[in-house]
This record gives sequence, structure tokens and C-alpha cells, in this order.
Amino acid sequence: MNTNILIVGVGGQGTLLASVLLGKLALDSGYDVKLSEVHGMSQRGGSVVTHVKISDDKVGSPLIEEGEADIILAFEKLEAYRWLPYLKPDGALFVNTQQILPMPVILGQAKNPENMDQFLEDHAGTIKAFDATQVAVDAGSSKAVNVVLLGAASRRLPFSTDAWLKVIEGSVKEKFVDMNKFAFMKGQLMGSPQ
Amino acid sequence: MGKKIMLGNEAFARGAWEAGVTVVSSYPGTPSTEVTETAAKYDEIHVEWAPNEKVGVEVAMGASLGGARSLSCMKHVGLNVAADPFYTAACTGVNGGMVVLVADDNGCHSSQNEQDSRFHGRSAGVPVLEPADAQECKDYIKLAYEISEKYDTVVLLRSGTRISHSRGIVEEGERVQRDLIPYEKNFMKYVAMPAMARKLHVAQEQRLGQIAEDSCEWEINDVQMGEDTSIGIITSGICYQYAKDALPEASFLKLGLVYPLPKKLICEFASKVDKLYVIEEGQPFIEEQIRSWGVPVAGGKDMFTIQGEYSARMIRQAFGKDSGEETVDTSDAPGRPPLLCAGCPHKGLFYVLSKLKTTVFGDIGCYTLAALPPTSAMDSTLCMGASIGMAHGFEKATGDKTNTVAVLGDSTFLHSGITGLINMCYNEAKGTVIILDNRITGMTGHQQNPASGKNAKGELAPAIDLKTLCQACGVKHVVEIDPFDVKDLEQVVKEETARDELSVIITKRPCAMIVKQPNIPNVITDRCKNCRQCMKIGCPAIEVRDGRPYIVSDTCVGCGLCTRVCPFDAIDQTSKEGK
Ligand SMILES: Cc1ncc(C[n+]2csc(CCOP(=O)(O)OP(=O)(O)O)c2C)c(N)n1
Ligand code: SF4
Ligand code: SF4
Repeated sequence: MNTNILIVGVGGQGTLLASVLLGKLALDSGYDVKLSEVHGMSQRGGSVVTHVKISDDKVGSPLIEEGEADIILAFEKLEAYRWLPYLKPDGALFVNTQQILPMPVILGQAKNPENMDQFLEDHAGTIKAFDATQVAVDAGSSKAVNVVLLGAASRRLPFSTDAWLKVIEGSVKEKFVDMNKFAFMKGQLMGSPQ
Repeated sequence: MGKKIMLGNEAFARGAWEAGVTVVSSYPGTPSTEVTETAAKYDEIHVEWAPNEKVGVEVAMGASLGGARSLSCMKHVGLNVAADPFYTAACTGVNGGMVVLVADDNGCHSSQNEQDSRFHGRSAGVPVLEPADAQECKDYIKLAYEISEKYDTVVLLRSGTRISHSRGIVEEGERVQRDLIPYEKNFMKYVAMPAMARKLHVAQEQRLGQIAEDSCEWEINDVQMGEDTSIGIITSGICYQYAKDALPEASFLKLGLVYPLPKKLICEFASKVDKLYVIEEGQPFIEEQIRSWGVPVAGGKDMFTIQGEYSARMIRQAFGKDSGEETVDTSDAPGRPPLLCAGCPHKGLFYVLSKLKTTVFGDIGCYTLAALPPTSAMDSTLCMGASIGMAHGFEKATGDKTNTVAVLGDSTFLHSGITGLINMCYNEAKGTVIILDNRITGMTGHQQNPASGKNAKGELAPAIDLKTLCQACGVKHVVEIDPFDVKDLEQVVKEETARDELSVIITKRPCAMIVKQPNIPNVITDRCKNCRQCMKIGCPAIEVRDGRPYIVSDTCVGCGLCTRVCPFDAIDQTSKEGK
């Protein structure tokens, strides 16, 4: 079993916590796992990506390359589009439909591609696009968007719901545990086949 | 104890702790910073942020003389700053084990260049170790201390972005309890005067020769003969991972020690394979040495680039083993360059400098981002501290200093700007230096510094008063101002740059990430005349919707800067409680 998950978004959106949760979960479940992150400059609102590679064998390179991701978790739509070439033809894309405009677009120096929604539909193996930020806000905080997206993807990963809830318990501050579990379950509902 | 998932940098710190290290002195720099931050969490280790890398290495050297195991960490360009003590410590050797950890940044994820630190190791004459994953980060740093003490040498431990900033599973071990190695006065060893240095150099070459020989037997120089002996690959560090993924059946010599090279082992390996390839990011460091021995290399930099990062696919392609499947093309996605945060104190200053069309000799820190649109308010960025020297040189060359400034952060000023300012005073400059005092080292993730009032462990510490410091250097005109008072600031910049005397402006407002913001989002009311002045500050919360500026309430932190630049008083605070 090899599962490659690419987590993409905008610096400051909390993509790192999502990958750390996945890493712990994989370790607790007896898999080998490697994560590769971006720190430094891009964390100031730039395009950021975290690679998560899980295997029941040994993981070598920590990086996922084009066409190798089983799952992409996109915290923002343009970032989903940018990183789409990394998805396997039959891979699954989970995308937060919230948009954060990059400065060149705000300033009118560049344009977001037209028909991004359609493009993502056409080229992802499967796609689940929803307003994960709203789901997180409904659960109690916009900060829980990472857990919502993990919830949505959870059925495609080899971990039980109990294991997920346990790792959430061990990873967030006590007063936020219930809210995050709730956000996770809401995300899981969103990700279920309809 | 047990298995934990750790960042490469956390594993280095854990390894240092297990090896019994008691003194760490570093200067932050991506991708090396978390080693020191993690070390600071161990009670047994004295951890400090030094004002720059040179001081860090000197402190580590002093600690080594005192008999402790010591560590100094930095990014690749930091080793340039520390090169002076590093090169001579390489000659004298050590008392307690001493490691210099350097993290390169191939691909320039957060750096101004892609230099290859292995050359510093070779040029200084110290062994260079290079781990390939998080577990090895921990193992190699422990080994580095053994090598350091056994061979009486400083050891350079080389990391990189993909090693330092990847996480993997690491097995924890116990900390060794060790006593200080008693210090004995030995001026023939520790006083590097010409007569001693000549002798020290002989000893240094001798131990390097010994290491080259002994390391043929070291486990970290690992021969892995594959089914396929037609391809033999010599590689190290992260490139080993890429190459092994790309060519699993090939034969490998994975080097853990990249200087001095285990010549005998390499020659043996070469004789067992049909064709020898060297796969290393950056310069042909290993390749050229091997070629110089007359060992034929079938492929190295003639197959692979000197620039940027490698990947498994790139290696497969080079060996004609890539299936070459097409992927979708999304290259029309607009770039998303990083930005100054909403509420960033630096925005006020760069709004003003952009408005005044000032020539700005810039420096390195968050504020370098002001070089990008919409402010576009920076003319140069070279290395830390260079803003001041360059502004001074420009003034001396052109005889003109009007509407020209040097701009640098508080941490950068204390790192290496202060010497430039002393030079300006001494050589009678008339320019203007602006210090952005945001009370922290922002760019690298908010480390304390000598002006911030706390130390590396987060405890209260004496804070340098920048104004008094500048005055003590001899600057007569020092003005402190809040950069969000944009009207006054504009006046001050005009006055000081027009003045026929050296001056310093200190903009004082804390980084938006270290103090709580009002978090009451602002809104643009119908008093707005669409002049778009508010869009010139480059706040990520201000977009255009329906042809007019619009504040995205989720992103706005309520800092109020936009209300201060709006000429029509058209921006209001909402009453909504904090988010
Ligand atoms: C020689 C060297 N060491 C370290 C770094 C990494 N680095 C980049 S900017 C910076 C400090 C920025 O702090 P400051 O000047 O206070 O500006 P701020 O980011 O807070 O605005 C550091 C340490 C570097 N580029 N060069
Ligand atoms: S981290 Fe602080 S100094 Fe850096 S851009 Fe953000 S607010 Fe500004
Ligand atoms: S929109 Fe105005 S108040 Fe809100 S963060 Fe930006 S500059 Fe500050």
C-alpha cells in the first residue's frame, strides 16, 4: 500500500497542521511515513504545498511528483488548479471553494483562469468541491478548515474514524478538541459518496 | 522514548541532546532555524540566539575549549559570515566536540542564492557529513561529536531544505551523561599565530588523510550492490532518496561523509560496476574529485544541472526510464508571491517611500517583500546588512544622497548593519538609515533578538535601545516614529533625506504576528470615491469587487492603516466583535 497526499493552499491557512495529523496517524497505525513542508518566505501568503507519503513499505523520497498524488487536499481553489498536474488520473481532489486572490490578480496584472470549476471537474478522477470554510465556521471556527478537509478525505484513507478522533484529541488544545472532532465529522459527511 | 515523527531539524536537536551537548549558539536562517528552537526546549542545554553567525561559531568554539560539546547552526549564507572563526577553528581543532550545522537551500525556497556549503568544508579542511532523512539527522549529529573528539576537529554537518524540512519516523535514544573535558592551557594549539598555524596546518592535513582512510570502513559510507551492476551510482543526502526511487535495481555507494572522500572505497566500487555515475545537486563537488583521480565517470554534470533541485523523475528521464506520461497543463495559473501580512507595521513605511519615489537600498527580512508591487519600493537587496554600506557607497560615488535611504530590520541592523553605520559616521556620510523596529526577527518565524527583550528560551532579557546605540556611534539626528502615522512619517522622511547630515529614522511598531490585532474588520463605505489610494499599501485584505475596493472581512485584522491613507475618510470600523 502506498498513498500519496498533497496538501496545497495559501501560507497561513493551516496546511501544516493537517499534514502533521496525517503523519501521526500513519505512525500510530504502523506505516512508514514522510512529510515535506515549506517554511520561510512562502508562509507569508504565498502558494504552499506539503507532501505526505504513507507506505507499508519504506518511503524513500519525501516528495510527490507530477501524476503521483492519490489525493489532493486543496485549501483554496486556484491552488487546486495550480497543483492539479500532481494528481493521478484516477486520483481524488477535495477542494475548498473559498478563493483568496493573489496580489497580481488584485492589482489587475494577471487573471485567474476562466472556468476553473469546469476544468477541475473534467480533469480530476473524482472531485468533491465545497465551502469547507463555511462548514468549519458552522462547527465553531474557520480555523478548523484543515480538519474539515481531512474529514472529507478520510474515507479514502486506511484509518478508522476512531483512530482519526484519537489523533485529533492528541493534537489540538483541550478546549478545542470537541469542536475539531465535530468539524471532522461534518467534513466526513461532506466527503461521503452521494 | 519510542518512535516519534520528527522534522529533520527536530531530529538534529534531539541528537544533539542525546549526544550530551550543553551549549548551542546560533543565528536564525531558513531552513536551519528549528534546530536551535527545538534545542531551546531542553533544560540541559544552554541555547542562545547570537547577534550573527560569526559570534555563534565563536561561542561554540569557546564552549568547546571549556570542554563541552557545542553546536552552532545557520543557513548556507550564514556560513559566509561565520567563515572567519570557522576556517581557523578548523586548523586549531577542539577540546569538547564541536559541530557546525549548515543548511543549504537548493531551489532557493527562502534564500538569496544557491551556494554549496560543501566547498566551505573542503576549503576550511574539516570533515563534512550529510544525512539523507530524519533518522539519519539524529544519528549523524551524534556520530559527528564522536568524530570531532576522536580526530580533534570541528565537524561540518550539512543539511538542506528537503532534509531539514521533511518529517520522518525517528527512534529516540537516551542522553549520555558526560563530564566536561578539563581545559588545559595550550597556546601552541589555541593561539593561531603564524608559527603555530604552520604546524597546526600539518596536523590538520594529517587528520584529514586519516579520516579519508578510516572512513572506508564507516557504515555511513554504504555500498549497496544491486541486481544491476551495469549502473553504479555515487550519491549522498536527499539525492540518494531520489536516485534510489528512480533506479531501485542499480548499485549504489551512498556517502554519509562527503569530505574527505573515502578514496579506496570509491575506487573499489567503481571497479565493480560497468559505468559510474555521480548524482549530486549543486556543483560537481564529488564528481570532480573522483575524476581527478583518473577514475572514469560516465555521467555527472553533463547529465544533470547545477541549478535547483533534482527529483526521481528527472533521474529516470536522464536514464531513459521515464514512461513520459502527459499531465494536464495549468501553467496559466497566476503566481502567488508572498506578501507582507495584513496589519504588518512595515507597510506604513513602504507606502510612504513608494509615494515619495525614494531610492531604497534594501536589506533582508520580511520587508524585502516591499520590493514587489504594489509598493515596488526597493532598489537593491544583497545580503544582511548591505543596505547601509551600499547607500554609503552610492552617496560617495554620486555625491548625491537626496531622496535616498538605506532600510533594514532590527535583527538585521544588529547582525551586521551596525558596522555599516559606524562606517558612515566615521567617513562622514550624510545619508539616511531607516531601522524597522518590529521587536522581533520576523522573516525566519519570529525569533527573539538583542533588541526584543527576551532570550532564546523566551525568558526576559536585557534589550538594547537602538536609539541610544545609534547616538553612541555618533549619529546626531535619530528620530523614532510609529510607521502607521503615515502623514508625520512622510514629513520626517522628507526632512531627514534633505538634511545635509547623517540621520537615522527608527520606525517602531511590533510585528502583527506577535501582538493581538483589534480583529474588528474595516469596511469601505459609500463615501468611497474609488481613488484606490488604499490599494497602494498592498494589504491582502483589500480586493476589487464590482470595480471598487472591497475589504475581505475574514482577512482584515482591523489594523486601521487603510483608514489613515484614505483621503476621503471613507473607511469605517465595524462594530463586529473580534473574530
Ligand atoms: C547571513 C544570513 N543569515 C541569516 C539569514 C536569514 N534571514 C533572512 S531575513 C532575517 C532576519 C530578519 O529580521 P529583521 O531584520 O528583524 O526583519 P523582519 O523580518 O523582522 O522584518 C534572517 C535571519 C540571511 N538571509 N543571511
Ligand atoms: S511576520 Fe510580522 S514583520 Fe513579517 S510580514 Fe508579517 S507582520 Fe510583517
Ligand atoms: S483592510 Fe485596512 S484595517 Fe484591514 S488589515 Fe488591511 S489595512 Fe488593516
